[in-house]
Amino acid sequence: MMEAALADLRDRIVAANAAKTPLRLRGGGSKDFHAEALIGDELDTCAHRGIVDYEPSELVVTARCGTPLAEIEDTLAQHGQFLPFEPPAFGEATTIGGAVAAGLSGPRRASAGAARDFVLGAHLVDANGELKRFGGQVMKNVAGFDASRLLCGSLGVLGLIAQVSLKVLPRPYDEITLRFDCDVKAALALFHRWRAQPLPVSATSWHDGVAAVRLSGSPSALRAARAVLGGSVLDTTQAPTWWLGLRNQTHDFFRRGDKPLWRLSIPATAPIGAFADGLIEWSGALRWLHSAAPAGEIRAIAEKLGGTAMLWRGACATTRFHPLAPANLELHRRLKREFDPNGIFNRGRLHPEL
Amino acid sequence: MNSRPAGSARDYSIMNPSVATAPRYDADARRFVLRQALSDVLPVQCLLTGAEETTPFECDGLSAFRQVPFAVALPETEAQVRDVLRACHDLKIPVVARGAGTGLSGGAMPHADGLVLSLAKLNRILELDPVACTARVEPGVRNLAVSEAAAPHGLYYAPDPSSQIACSIGGNVAENSGGVHCLKYGLTVHNVLGLRGYTIDGEAVTLGGAALDAPGLDLLALAIGSEGLLLVVTEVTLKLIPKPKIAQVVMASFDDVVKAGDAVAAIVAAGIIPAGLEMMDRKATAAVEPFVRAGYDLNAEAILLAESDGTLEEVADEIAEIERVLRAAGSTQCIVSQSEAERLKFWSGRKNAFPAAGRISPDYYCMDGTIPRKHLGRMLRAIEEMEKKYTLRCMNVFHAGDGNLHPLILFDAHEPGEWERADRFGADILELCVALGGTITGEHGVGVEKLGSMCVQFAPAEREAFFAIKRAFDADGLLNPGKAIPTLARCAEYGRMHVHAGALPFADLPRF
Repeated sequence: MMEAALADLRDRIVAANAAKTPLRLRGGGSKDFHAEALIGDELDTCAHRGIVDYEPSELVVTARCGTPLAEIEDTLAQHGQFLPFEPPAFGEATTIGGAVAAGLSGPRRASAGAARDFVLGAHLVDANGELKRFGGQVMKNVAGFDASRLLCGSLGVLGLIAQVSLKVLPRPYDEITLRFDCDVKAALALFHRWRAQPLPVSATSWHDGVAAVRLSGSPSALRAARAVLGGSVLDTTQAPTWWLGLRNQTHDFFRRGDKPLWRLSIPATAPIGAFADGLIEWSGALRWLHSAAPAGEIRAIAEKLGGTAMLWRGACATTRFHPLAPANLELHRRLKREFDPNGIFNRGRLHPEL
Repeated sequence: MNSRPAGSARDYSIMNPSVATAPRYDADARRFVLRQALSDVLPVQCLLTGAEETTPFECDGLSAFRQVPFAVALPETEAQVRDVLRACHDLKIPVVARGAGTGLSGGAMPHADGLVLSLAKLNRILELDPVACTARVEPGVRNLAVSEAAAPHGLYYAPDPSSQIACSIGGNVAENSGGVHCLKYGLTVHNVLGLRGYTIDGEAVTLGGAALDAPGLDLLALAIGSEGLLLVVTEVTLKLIPKPKIAQVVMASFDDVVKAGDAVAAIVAAGIIPAGLEMMDRKATAAVEPFVRAGYDLNAEAILLAESDGTLEEVADEIAEIERVLRAAGSTQCIVSQSEAERLKFWSGRKNAFPAAGRISPDYYCMDGTIPRKHLGRMLRAIEEMEKKYTLRCMNVFHAGDGNLHPLILFDAHEPGEWERADRFGADILELCVALGGTITGEHGVGVEKLGSMCVQFAPAEREAFFAIKRAFDADGLLNPGKAIPTLARCAEYGRMHVHAGALPFADLPRF
């Protein structure tokens, strides 16, 4: 028996597939900007909500796609647990389905892992309205292809992610943030040195002449790490605000609208030149840049450094996502054709051709 | 870590592909054509076709399933891998990629009409970057060789499957291998940043890379654990992590298996993620103790090994907390390792459990299900019942921290009917795993071994989705055909129904 809200969604999908009319899957709508295009009739998933299963000792939470991210985080917090990949909430309405479909991760990504690393299972409603259960609720599971991780970051182009199971972890006992006044090159040098040592680093950033590092762990481990690292301690009200500002992009840096904002995902050790107008996360692997330079130029640099550049906010005559290599695009086309032959799901959202 | 039901080879023909669409012309003619095609792209020493040369490749670590391959290619370069794939694609010859051949589910069992593509000669560490903490390696590099090469920099590669001395990184990628430390450090999928490989038509694909994410669908995650059905990997970029300063282990005895299982849940509920959390039942400790003298409490119904690693301060805090939780959970004896030598001694029994099984029994059959931790005790009780039903002994070693079970069913392949009983015993365990909300394989893969159990875990719609993914990568079904995903016909033949997690209590599981 399918729950009523899910049955409604399924019926709309079946009808759209029969008529070959595109559907635009939408949770809280907080990531409408995170799209190549928004095409089709809106299919609001918010009514299919609620935590289905959560047992703290199993380290797994299972929730329907329309469940607000905040509801899940509050529930986990009551048991001293959290989502270690720190999914960004670009608005209060952000849903867990949207968070998984976007596959974005926050400041803890470089140490704890990405959204996809915590996906244990997912339910998919395909174009025929059939419900498919991939993965499960256990940590180790290699039965069948890892379709649930494939859905993470798929932006809904393969079908409706109706339910997800995510691995959760205990919250760290304690956290402190250290601050270092330095230029960007010195900051990267610090990040590189720390990376190769067993230190409880859980986030790093550099912006405007200040490098910040967050340490997470037991009080004794933090004391020991502090003695090694030096720097000055950011006070306990300032520090969480700083990291939350990066995670949810409420910091002023992300709000400036004068030039397009670019997101460069490149190897952490990639060299850096003039970066006065930028912000760095993930020990150097994520670099944000306001730039009016031609898109082709920025993308060429990112590629040369071994990564990709995405137009995050603002207008620019280019696609948002970094172009896919021809062989990868061909695999995308074939997967899309297999899962959604009529192209009804989020047409053009991930790629103009999908 | 082989199970050794040698000589108990059963009719493998039911495992034959229905995915492959290879034209079936005369075997000699096919061999001639393939040899012609491959001799253009491979040096003569890289192609084996005689029975005496190809027979060593007839099975992997699951030796109950054997098949002498049509031919074996051992390319020495990436370009040769590409050319071999192109040739096989043109001729519609099935290709079974093979790493070190240590897999336990028959994933590398050859195809009667196919080529075994061994990646063993691609065994170079191409680059080790101690600043980026990454290693770029060819697929034939041994798992342990990566950590050995990284050791001078204070780094290591975290996934440590029990076969790590021999198993290859390419095989680890194919199986999404785990190990004893994955609760804290993750599986292969969490420790691979990128890979390069070829689809069956010889098209090069790069998935992921040295950056932490890439645009588009996560084909990297899809490729890892795909058991050689989607592409052949020729290069892997691995994440290396700093070696912890210190590790200590607590060895705790319990007078009841259910209490031991509950203690595992209690540790996690206390907010602790141990570096390793393993459980052995009395039959397992009794088997290993005379063999390794690890100092196990032979009066205990179960023992737990809980390891903490990190800085001196972290480990001191965590070990104290683990000990407190274990005592509160009813442990009758808790011993904390006081030196590295003692820590290794405590682990030696666990690490030698499989050879110990081989010592006390002519053959053993290693299972690999995963269940929610809270059901560990219940599963052990059920296995006791199954021992009576099948009149076979089973010793249990569990990666308890992540609910991953390795029951070792002891049998004698030379006794008529014992292998068949062991096989059914194993299938029962896996069905119970599914019924308890778990899975039929935690880290060994489906291969040919668990095709039947796949029918229990997945409904036809889900299996069709797996075939859809397969078609997107390999429309002709030439890469490792007949493995990992059972066809409808195969499931009909298996005759057991799809069990939805929790839908059927154990007592009602269908038996045939």
